[in-house]
Amino acid sequence: MNIIVLVKQVPDTETKVRITADKHNIETNDIKWIINPYDEFAIEEGLKTKERLKEGSVTVVTVGPDRTVEALRTAVAMGADNAVHVKTDGTLDTYLVSRAIAEVCKKENAQIIFTGKQAIDDDQAATFGYVAELLQYPSASVIVKCDISLNKTQATLEQEGDEGAKNIIETSLPAVIAVNKGINTPRYASLPGIMKAKKKEIKTYTLQDLGLGSETSKTLDSDYQLPPERAAGKKIAGDAATQVKELVRLLREEAKVI
Amino acid sequence: MLDFSLSDEQVALRDMVRKFVQQEIIPNAAKYDETSEFPREIINKAWQTGLMNIAIPEKFGGLGLGVLGDVIINEEMGAGCLGMTTSIAVNTLGLYPILLGGTEAQIEEFVVPFLSSPKLASFCLTEPGSGSDAGSLSTMAKEEGDYFILNGSKMWITNAGHADLFTVFCTTNKELKTKGIICLAVPANLPGISLGKHENKLGQRCSDTRSITFENVQVPKKNLIGKMGEGFKIAMRTLDRTRTPIAAGAVGAARAAMNYSKNYAKERKQFGQPIANFQAIQFMLADMAVKIESARLLCYNAAWLIDKGQDEQGSYFSALAKRHAADMAMEVATDAVQIYGGYGYTKEYPVEKIMRDVKLVQIYEGTSQIQRVLIARHLLKD
Amino acid sequence: MGNVFLIAEQKEGSVKRVSLEILSELGRQGISATAILPGFGDLSKATESLVNHGATKVIVLEHEALNNYNTEAYTNAIYQYLSTQSPSVVVTGATSHGKDFLPRLAAKFKTGIAVDCISFQFSGDKISIRRPIYAGKCSKTVEFTGIPVVFSVRPNVLAMQTGSKSGSVEKVNADPGLVKAKVINTVASQVKKVELTEADIIISGGRSLKSADNFKIIADCAATIGAAVGASRAAVDAGYAPHNMQVGQTGKTVSPKLYIACGISGAIQHLAGMRTSKVIVAINKDPEAPIFQKADYGIVGDLFEVVPLLTEELKKLKSQS
Repeated sequence: MNIIVLVKQVPDTETKVRITADKHNIETNDIKWIINPYDEFAIEEGLKTKERLKEGSVTVVTVGPDRTVEALRTAVAMGADNAVHVKTDGTLDTYLVSRAIAEVCKKENAQIIFTGKQAIDDDQAATFGYVAELLQYPSASVIVKCDISLNKTQATLEQEGDEGAKNIIETSLPAVIAVNKGINTPRYASLPGIMKAKKKEIKTYTLQDLGLGSETSKTLDSDYQLPPERAAGKKIAGDAATQVKELVRLLREEAKVI
Repeated sequence: MLDFSLSDEQVALRDMVRKFVQQEIIPNAAKYDETSEFPREIINKAWQTGLMNIAIPEKFGGLGLGVLGDVIINEEMGAGCLGMTTSIAVNTLGLYPILLGGTEAQIEEFVVPFLSSPKLASFCLTEPGSGSDAGSLSTMAKEEGDYFILNGSKMWITNAGHADLFTVFCTTNKELKTKGIICLAVPANLPGISLGKHENKLGQRCSDTRSITFENVQVPKKNLIGKMGEGFKIAMRTLDRTRTPIAAGAVGAARAAMNYSKNYAKERKQFGQPIANFQAIQFMLADMAVKIESARLLCYNAAWLIDKGQDEQGSYFSALAKRHAADMAMEVATDAVQIYGGYGYTKEYPVEKIMRDVKLVQIYEGTSQIQRVLIARHLLKD
Repeated sequence: MGNVFLIAEQKEGSVKRVSLEILSELGRQGISATAILPGFGDLSKATESLVNHGATKVIVLEHEALNNYNTEAYTNAIYQYLSTQSPSVVVTGATSHGKDFLPRLAAKFKTGIAVDCISFQFSGDKISIRRPIYAGKCSKTVEFTGIPVVFSVRPNVLAMQTGSKSGSVEKVNADPGLVKAKVINTVASQVKKVELTEADIIISGGRSLKSADNFKIIADCAATIGAAVGASRAAVDAGYAPHNMQVGQTGKTVSPKLYIACGISGAIQHLAGMRTSKVIVAINKDPEAPIFQKADYGIVGDLFEVVPLLTEELKKLKSQS
């Protein structure tokens, strides 16, 4: 079975976000890059699937500048068999990234595609859906359990629904499965894996190679801003009932957190 | 050309260990410190991740990584918990004598099994009456047919209660002094081996430390590592290779103490401002940084020399590294507690544990005083 | 601006609040919009709400396969209809369903997407959309180079208002197309504990709760809004709460959207564990408690009086949405 895992390299969760002078991006100097944590669950699920089926290969795919090869090497160090890098300069939007991934998936004859439910940098949570639609595959996100039938034509999935409900989904394969935390515990890249990964040949494509040379992003980003500094707190006056009513109003209308 | 940068693989290794430490070691460190329970589960995970036995050469299926690999691993682990670092790293100490002095067949028999399951090895040199003066050991190995008959006691043996294999340094003739010392590979299941209780220590409380008594233990002669009389040399060459990783563990612990106290100093307010604004605190932090960075450089330098095969210079630098790292880590940890004030003296914060843990680095695998002896001997020779 | 479509969402015949919030905002900006409502059966209540909040037209996409949400059926049905309508803007709520089908819909239109937006502004032919990224550590403006502009809006950020109430309702037989993935069963949760470190909202109690039993008033309040329950070290040490509930230096570090500290004075080790919370509320009897310096909103009062009132108020809110 050709198992494809889509990964994205993102700034470490501890990163202090700073904004470039032109406000068109965040400052990426001195950033520590990691594999998107949700994609780590996807890698683990890919590896586990291969282990359960006792056959097949796990291919990790990423789109981005040269530095993103590191994410692929880490995935190989965890146990992925192959790695594909779509090399790009500058920022691509979700649409164009998904187009590139879909083309790679076709070339790799994907039979199942795992990815994280969202990337923790741009929080779009949209690539899985784009790729599925472009390939005319079914898709399901926020998956916390995945069972592939032994004949590899079907999967039974457990999806986290609203209010703590669980949806049991049956899908034909191939499919795109976007996983959530809780589906597994990702293994560490092992030391022997790291040694192996350094020698691993990584397949590289450009957008031209994938027939997307004339495609451009459909969205443009600008005016990056940091959230305003926390204002000095206010104590709410009145009797208890008034205080509580006012608090709930403030949380809804001013803070917008409930 | 001088180049201080780590290779991509070394950076990947460091990041991987750092993550392992953050997820497996740090969340459990205080608990194991409190209970002094042996961290078997974490050792197994470290083994699974390939963090143990990295010195086993490639031709035997290992990674053949040098001392620098252990230095990188130990600094990261030391930043999490020195007790666990010791528990995880001590295999290197237990197996190096065989890698350095053993035949291929002995490596196959005694060392290679460590690659296929999370076995533990203990290095048995120190005795109740012989510590810094290791050459004066008195555990006896008497030749009898195809066997050595082993009698005597060993002290402060790390992982002894959980080890599968002991590398035991003993003498066939005490009058020959160091020239009479041999090294034996002793499977832990041989009859006649008894273990003392798990020592209740000040720090590194989860690492298993015990005495061992050998009473007429029959060790096959094929388990002799190296030649007759080569034991002391094997022990010293082993310590030359493990001293630097031990020093690196102290660098990691000191780094953690500095980071904790730095963050605390920015948070804690007195006299209307963060205490980090006060020079008294700033100077402590600055001194910490100088000590830590210089100790790390010594570790890297020592590892680099040994990995290049420059044993004599490597031995000297490893003593410099161990002396400096152990002592500076004690100073840094003490200052870290000072910056935290009363809070730092409680188990609510992690710095008092670091202070208790690093104390041992000034003592084990050659005290800071013995390191000075080695350094001075090197300086004053010829 | 050309043809603007809201994909409205309903559950058991009631329209989701966020659909109405978006309509309200469109109304404020003078944009007339058609609401598309996929579903089956009696949807009159939902269509009425949509009209009341300013939809100039409501298209009910009707098919049995749309009775319950299904990714492919919804995507196919919505696309099949919209593709004949030359949409310039397609917007929906960033709910679990909205987030699920919208990328597929955008892919069908070969256009871009902006997810979970917190504001949008029409000006002439342009629409500029604001969305948070890096978990809210920063935000950016997104503009589209072509049409349709496809985006979703975070629930609870736009104010509601009623509209002209003059819109018409039309039913269209929908085509759900080929469906390969289906929900075959849904298991509702028994009361599930929300994991502290993942919780959007945390309500924590301190030693002033005085007993383990009294933690129930915190738990009751948390249950109304799906919040997790935390505790200060003092409360844990006193045996009022288990250690796995402890927030702080030696407990868990959390950064929820909303942290409500009840009867917690705000010792430095507690603050270290929760200071990155987006919004902090403190409820404490002692007006001098350090927690008030970190809190966005403070109530000086007895938590035994304030917290039950808060529970009631949140219940009321919940029943409206």
